[in-house]
Amino acid sequence: MKKSILFSLRSPYREQLDVYGYTFGHGRKTLAIVGAMRGNEVQQMYVCSRLVREMKKTEAAGKIADDCEIMIIPCVNYYSMNIGKRFWAMDNTDINRMFPGYDQGETTQRIADGLFRNLQGYEYGIQFASFYQQGNFLPHVKLMDTGFTDSELMKDFGLRYGIIRRPRPYDTTTLNYNWQIWETKAFSVYANATDTIDEDSADEVFYAVLRFMKNRDIADTKVQPGFSTDLINESETHQVQSEKAGIFTSAVDIGKYAETGDILGRITDPFDGEIISEIRSPISGTVYFEYQNPLINENTVCFKIIKG
Amino acid sequence: MIETIASAALAVGEALNIRKKRIKNGTGRTRLSLVTGTHGDELEGQYLTYLVGSYLEKHIDMLDGIIDIYPALNPMGIDSITRGIPMFDLDMNRVFPGSKDGTMTEVICNSIVEDILGSDMCVDIHSSNIFLKEIPQIRISVPTAEALIPYAEMMNVDLIWVHESATVLESTLAHTLNSRGTKTLVVEMGVGMRITKEYCYQLFDGVLNLMKNLGMWKGDVNGIHKPLLSVNRNVGFVNSDAAGIFVPCVNFGDTVRKGEHIGDVVDPLSSQIVENVNAVSDGIIFTLREYPVVYGGSLLARILETSEGEEVL
Ligand SMILES: [Zn+2]
Repeated sequence: MKKSILFSLRSPYREQLDVYGYTFGHGRKTLAIVGAMRGNEVQQMYVCSRLVREMKKTEAAGKIADDCEIMIIPCVNYYSMNIGKRFWAMDNTDINRMFPGYDQGETTQRIADGLFRNLQGYEYGIQFASFYQQGNFLPHVKLMDTGFTDSELMKDFGLRYGIIRRPRPYDTTTLNYNWQIWETKAFSVYANATDTIDEDSADEVFYAVLRFMKNRDIADTKVQPGFSTDLINESETHQVQSEKAGIFTSAVDIGKYAETGDILGRITDPFDGEIISEIRSPISGTVYFEYQNPLINENTVCFKIIKG
Repeated sequence: MIETIASAALAVGEALNIRKKRIKNGTGRTRLSLVTGTHGDELEGQYLTYLVGSYLEKHIDMLDGIIDIYPALNPMGIDSITRGIPMFDLDMNRVFPGSKDGTMTEVICNSIVEDILGSDMCVDIHSSNIFLKEIPQIRISVPTAEALIPYAEMMNVDLIWVHESATVLESTLAHTLNSRGTKTLVVEMGVGMRITKEYCYQLFDGVLNLMKNLGMWKGDVNGIHKPLLSVNRNVGFVNSDAAGIFVPCVNFGDTVRKGEHIGDVVDPLSSQIVENVNAVSDGIIFTLREYPVVYGGSLLARILETSEGEEVL
C-alpha cells in the first residue's frame, strides 16, 4: 500500500487540506474509487475506509492481479465534514459540480482539477454517491448513460438493481459524467444512508465492490455470490409524491414488495394530528427509496418503486 | 393587480407563494416582465423593481402596455439570506424549465416559466454574490448574441459580456425563456446582500428606455450611454494563489496596466504579505472582490481590455 497526497490546498486559518489516495498493486491503472466529496457523506467515507483495510490484506496475501493498480480516495472534502456543512463552506459550491475542474479557476474548480488529474487513465471508476434529499435507498449501482460504458458491467456488482440514467444538463459537470468523457467506465454506487452509518447497507456495497473486483479479475477476495442484477432505466421507475404537506410516516421498509393500492405512508396535520393523506402505491413493485424526515412539503418524492 | 402564480404547501402551517404584480394601461399588448430574486442573497433587483413599479403607478397615463414584476422567484431564500432554495441546497437557476409533475421546486419553476412565456421581453436581474462587486452589465451567450445585443444596448448598462454557452447553463431561466421565444436579458450588477442605489437608478433609466423602444412608454427618458462590448476584447481573471486576507490598493473601475500592483493577500498571524497581486492584463477593473477572506483560487478581480481614451464608468 502506498499512501500519497494527491492534492493540497492552503486555508487562511486551518491546517492545509490534503486529499489522500491509497494505492494497491502495481501497473496498469485499473480501478479508482472515490468516497466523500460532500461533507455529509459519512457512510461513503466509511465504506471506503473498510475497502482500504480490506485491500491492505488482499495485497499482503498477493491476491491483487498482476499489472493492476487500485486507488481509493476515502474523503475529498473533510473540511466541510468537520464543520457540519455539505458543500464547500466558503461559497457553498459542490465539488461534484465542478468537473473536469480548472487549475486557474475558483477554489472548488481547483480541487476538482487536482482530483481529476489523478483519476484519469483508469479503466474503471466507482464513486460512492448520495442523493440530495434525505432518504433511504436500497443499495444500487447507477450508470450515467453517455454511450461510453456498457450497462451490462453493472451486473458484476451483484446488487439487486442497476439503474441507467439519461444525463441532464446539470449532470455534465459531475465526476461520473466527465470520467466517461475521458474514457473511464464509471459507476455511482448508492449506499443508503448519508449522514449516518448504516452497517447493513455499508456491508452490502462493500461486498458489491469486492465482487466487482473479483468478476473483473482485479482482486480475488472471499465474497459470496450476489443477486442477478436487474437493469432498469431510471425513467421507468415510478416516483410517488406527497399530495399534502405535514408530518410524514412511512409504512413500508425499503426492499419490500408493494401491491397496487397498498399503503406506503401517511401524512398527518402537524397541528391537529388528523390523517390528511394516505400514500398508496400506484403500481406493484419493489420500494427502492423512501423519504426520511418527519416533515414533508407538498410534491416531495416520498417513495420510488421499481415495477415488477 | 397582485397575483399568486405558483404555490406549494410547506410542511408546517404555511405555503410557499410566488407572486407577481401587473401594471397595465392603454390598448397596447406589448408585455415586459421584470424578474428577480432567484438567488436569495442578491438584493439589487428588489430596489430596482420597486423604483420601476412605483414610478409607473405614478405616471400610469404614460404607459401603453403591460409590465409584470416578479420580485421574488425564491421568496424563502430572500427571507432567510439563503442563496439557494432553503432546505434543498439547490441553485434555483439550475432547475429550469422544471416540470409539471416533478418535485416541488420543479413544479414551481415550471409555473414561473409558463407564466412569463408570452412576454415580448424579459429582464432577469441578478447582483453578483456576496464576494464580488460588478459594474452594471448584461450577460449574453454566444448563440443569442445577435438577437439580444440590440436590446441590451438600450438598458443603460456599462458592459455587455458575451460568453461561451455551456451545457450546464441550459438549466437557467434565461436559457429556457430565450429558447422558447421570449427574449430575455440577464443583468448582473453590484454586490450581494447590499443595494447600490446609483446602479438601481442607472438601470431604472435603462428599463424606461427599453419600454420606450418597445413602444410601451410615452413619457420622457433620460440619456442612455452606450455600453462596452466584450467581443474581441480580452477579459483577464485575477485569482488568488495564496490563502489569507485580500486588501486591494486600487478602486473598482480603475484603469490598470499589466503587471501593476492591485493588492495584497496578507496573513495576520505571521504579519507577512503572502501574495503580491498584480494585474494580469491592461484594462479596467470591472469586477473586484468585496469579501476579504480568500483561499487559493478565489477570484479577486476581472479586467476588461479597453482602448486608449475609452470612458466607462
Ligand atoms: Zn444570481
